Amino acid sequence: MSVLKTENATMRFGGVVAVENLNLQLEKGEIVAIIGPNGAGKTTAFNMITGVYTPTEGKIFVAAKEDEETLIDITGRRPDRITSLGIARTFQNIRLFGQMTVLENVLLASHLRLKSKFFGAVIGWPHYHKEEKQMRIHAMELLERVGLAEFWDEQATSLPYGKQRRLEIARALATEPSILLLDEPAAGMNPKETLELTEFVRNIRDEFQLSILLIEHHMQIVMDISDRIYVLDFGKTIASGTPAEIQANERVIDAYLGVADDD
Amino acid sequence: MNQLENRNAYMGLAGRMSKKRRRNVTLTIVFLMLLGAFIYCASKGFVLGTYEIRILRLCGVYSIAALSMNLVNGFTGQFSLGQAGFMAMGAYVTSLLIIPAAQKAAIYYVHPIVPWLKDVQIPFLFALLIGGLVSALCAFLIGFPVLRLRGDYLAIATLGFSEIIRIILTNAIPVTNGSLGLKNIPNTANLWWTTIVTAVVIIFLLRMMKTSYGRAFKAIRDDDIAAEAMGISLFKHKMIAFVIGGFLAGISGGLLGSVVGAITPNYFRFTLAYEILLIVVLGGMGSITGSVIGACIVTIAKEKLRFLDAGMNLGFVKIPPIDGMRMLVFSLLLMIIILFYRRGLFGSREFSWNGLFRIIRRIGAWFGRLFRRRGHPEGGADA
Ligand SMILES: Nc1ncnc2c1ncn2[C@@H]1O[C@H](COP(=O)(O)OP(=O)(O)OP(=O)(O)O)[C@@H](O)[C@H]1O
Ligand SMILES: [Mg+2]
Repeated sequence: MSVLKTENATMRFGGVVAVENLNLQLEKGEIVAIIGPNGAGKTTAFNMITGVYTPTEGKIFVAAKEDEETLIDITGRRPDRITSLGIARTFQNIRLFGQMTVLENVLLASHLRLKSKFFGAVIGWPHYHKEEKQMRIHAMELLERVGLAEFWDEQATSLPYGKQRRLEIARALATEPSILLLDEPAAGMNPKETLELTEFVRNIRDEFQLSILLIEHHMQIVMDISDRIYVLDFGKTIASGTPAEIQANERVIDAYLGVADDD
Repeated sequence: MNQLENRNAYMGLAGRMSKKRRRNVTLTIVFLMLLGAFIYCASKGFVLGTYEIRILRLCGVYSIAALSMNLVNGFTGQFSLGQAGFMAMGAYVTSLLIIPAAQKAAIYYVHPIVPWLKDVQIPFLFALLIGGLVSALCAFLIGFPVLRLRGDYLAIATLGFSEIIRIILTNAIPVTNGSLGLKNIPNTANLWWTTIVTAVVIIFLLRMMKTSYGRAFKAIRDDDIAAEAMGISLFKHKMIAFVIGGFLAGISGGLLGSVVGAITPNYFRFTLAYEILLIVVLGGMGSITGSVIGACIVTIAKEKLRFLDAGMNLGFVKIPPIDGMRMLVFSLLLMIIILFYRRGLFGSREFSWNGLFRIIRRIGAWFGRLFRRRGHPEGGADA
């Protein structure tokens, strides 16, 4: 059963076709990777799914939270609406809130689930206090989960790169997603963190019942972790299939694997 | 830090038992009592003359105006310059609601006032609130088109709105008395009024910035793309900040009218917005403390620098009286701050007793070092 589906999604920037006829499916509980050389259109695909860009052509569907049988057309919806439907993401070029603490970064991401209205919150209605307390407990649990609890009061951007990546994941989880999009989570991580990432991603998938879409250049991780892989090159999907199939695919080896394996 | 204290800290609870907290509460109460005693003495005429008191009242007015701008510009990161327009709305609405009927006939001597406004007179508090609400409504209405704009475009659009308000005020003569403006506005807003309203505004903003909504404002300022990706509706939250900002600017305008006693549309030219911007930047974008301190500094300096407008004899060169010389000095000051000291006095920090004690300790340590060095000149290896 698909939780996410794109139908011939195409994104043009002037003359550049960044993504062309992307037909991607994500099944419930799957971990699917998108790979491809630099500029292949991977991040653009994420941006179309999350509403940052409206696809020039094609459609994007997501399974409704209550009733997973029905697919909702989310093409061109506002990013915040799409997030509240259960799609959360991290960014390739980390985008944490620089003037906020680690804890505040995670708390912020629960704001969309807040029921209290503005004045109720400012006046300090008991209901708001209860919600704020829940948010804090939940945020600390998430920080605990990604191993950042002890840094809760530090400025988010003062953390080392690898920790910032994990903080971005915790923040994305705080929006209570059912689908998680990770854009190069291993970039900037040290070898130890990279090694742990595979296990970590699997674990959060199980714990939070997620379906995960992942962009990654690190082939070891991709091959270990993915149920299926899509390969993009110049915006076109040149192959898709299980890791074994991709590794054996001539076109992929020509376009990508052969040359990019050295990083 | 032990476990319980740590938990209290991340839960946002101040440890009830904490000694420091008890000290801070005591200090705050003492400070408020001293402030109250000071205002009491001042208003009885013991310590200050009416001129000085008037300056202090203006400090309150400008603090609120600056806080209003800081909420939108400093906390939410939207470069809006419409403050003068919102203040004008508040000032006119409040003033028209408190000027007694008998006075109105005298004020509108060229063109009579519209009949439905002639006999209205309501208590100051309600007039002030209505002034604020009308401004907030204006903010809400113009928010729809302008809040979709970013950066410079938003600044230009809000500045334009502010000028439109001023032109309407100049031309709606039967309501506003045109360019002659309003005078004999009751002098209700005494030092108690301005101080207490300022305090209420400060408390409101402090509380607001601590809530989840306050975090959303800051997130939009820090990175609007990430904020939107985390499910924050940019439009809704910018609108909340903008409407609250409009309300506060309206309130400050209402107080202003009552403090100065006479207003004309020209009072609310873009130079007013510029002055408020100077305060906010001087105090520090995103600092409530900064806005209040900045407002006091600029308001007092503006009065103390009046001699600049009167011309000067510098010995070798004579400067003739030029109206606006003060503003020139202020513009230079703003440029210097922006060039060399962009974060302003407070950056985005706030006053706290703990912070004050830290500074005092640091100064103490500095003096201590100085003293020791004098005492043992041969031991000054670290010098
Ligand atoms: N906003 C934009 N305007 C114009 N062109 C864009 C825009 N965003 C992306 N592109 C172009 O689209 C193409 C795909 O970019 P994209 O960022 O999706 O690549 P990517 O696969 O994520 O690459 P990388 O591995 O370097 O992250 C590139 O040629 C890029 O220059
Ligand atoms: Mg990319």
